[in-house]
Amino acid sequence: MSEAGYNFAYLDEPTKRMIRRAILKGLAIPGYQVPFASREMPMPYGWGTGGVQVTAATLVPEDTLKVIDQGADDTTNAVSIRRFFQRVAGVATTTRTAQASVIQTRHRIPETPLAEGQILVYQVPIPEPLRFLEPSETETRKMHALEEYGLMHVRLYEDIARHGAIATAYAYPVQVEGRYVMDPSPIPKFDNPKLKSAAIQLFGAGREQRIYALPPHTRVVSLDFEDHPFDPAKADAPCALCGATGAYLDEVVVDDAGGRLFVCSDTDYCETRRAEGRVGAAAE
Amino acid sequence: MVATLGFHDPPVEAARAFRAAMSALARPGRIERVAGATPPAPLSPAAGVLLLTLVDADTPLHLADAADCPAVRDWLAFHTAAPLVAPAEAAFALGRWEALQPLDAYPRGLPEYPDRSATLIVELDRLTAEGAELEGPGIATRAALSLPDRAAFRANHAHFPLGLDFFFTCGDRLAALPRSTRVL
Repeated sequence: MSEAGYNFAYLDEPTKRMIRRAILKGLAIPGYQVPFASREMPMPYGWGTGGVQVTAATLVPEDTLKVIDQGADDTTNAVSIRRFFQRVAGVATTTRTAQASVIQTRHRIPETPLAEGQILVYQVPIPEPLRFLEPSETETRKMHALEEYGLMHVRLYEDIARHGAIATAYAYPVQVEGRYVMDPSPIPKFDNPKLKSAAIQLFGAGREQRIYALPPHTRVVSLDFEDHPFDPAKADAPCALCGATGAYLDEVVVDDAGGRLFVCSDTDYCETRRAEGRVGAAAE
Repeated sequence: MVATLGFHDPPVEAARAFRAAMSALARPGRIERVAGATPPAPLSPAAGVLLLTLVDADTPLHLADAADCPAVRDWLAFHTAAPLVAPAEAAFALGRWEALQPLDAYPRGLPEYPDRSATLIVELDRLTAEGAELEGPGIATRAALSLPDRAAFRANHAHFPLGLDFFFTCGDRLAALPRSTRVL
């Protein structure tokens, strides 16, 4: 049961209806940023107010919620959002990706492939991929309307001219169904191939008041060039705890003598593998 | 008396109804069941649930022909307070397929704001996952839906990213066809 004195899932019904209408428009126009009247939430901007509002408008009492922050279930942000919904919506929670029906995420896509029927909600700081190239909202709207994305390709090309490779490592821009260029939120570009998913993906930007979405199986292509194809780079070491080679790894400094380890950023993935008896170099 | 014909527990029933509507729109061709509303004739329960879930004083609604009767007007005024308008100002429209024509009367959105477009709730006598073949976002390989027409939905898709989005209702079941879907 949810806490007395709160409406189910915290938000009032007119607000949820408004957010739900924005989500439906977002799903009908994949990659297009739908404006919505973002509300004040009991947490500061930058802590996932957009994601929380989308989750609140999406949850049903039967849901099992998972919240991750950079892949981890046990960081302050993830724990407090999970507790928030436990309290105001009375939903079950889990840390297991496969058992969750709704997953709210900050800056990662879980390693375990998502299934049909799951919903992934992203917290988005700056939804407009063209914002750092063009500060005016009127102009970026026009650029999206005219499908004028040359500037973005110039930015990627300048990276190649200067560094020999595309230097963007996170929030790597994608094109959705050959139409809208979209910011996938600051996920590492390693996660970009996972944007083509069986799950419904919803993106909420609270401060910027935008919602956008990807229906399941939507074609999502990371922008690149024929002679510089997209490369989802990863650390060239296996996870020190579970030995995973295909996962996104965090670099952890372990002492003051320059010692470092690479460990899975997805804590649930790493724990599941270790429970299955897989062992990395540091755990032996 | 009319109050008893709406949701008994609006926050929870609207949440379940929205989940069904979202699943249907995110996966064109998929048919979902909804419950919770008993709207007056000629509205189907599914159309009633959709209206209670999505429509309010902020969303101008167009009622087409038979749907525009005193019983429906009273029910909507009590439960949603949606202003009733002509097709050109509608955010939502409700009626049978023939009654909703012509489709170019509804707002299709603006190039800068394609979301400022109408969503049509189409009442059908028959709704099955067969008939017109569908392709596009939300569809792994191929899906099918008993659409009332094909050319109209192809023409609607041709305007993408502008266009109308459709919900189809029949009894307590609903399906959806967003503008992004290609009708083969």
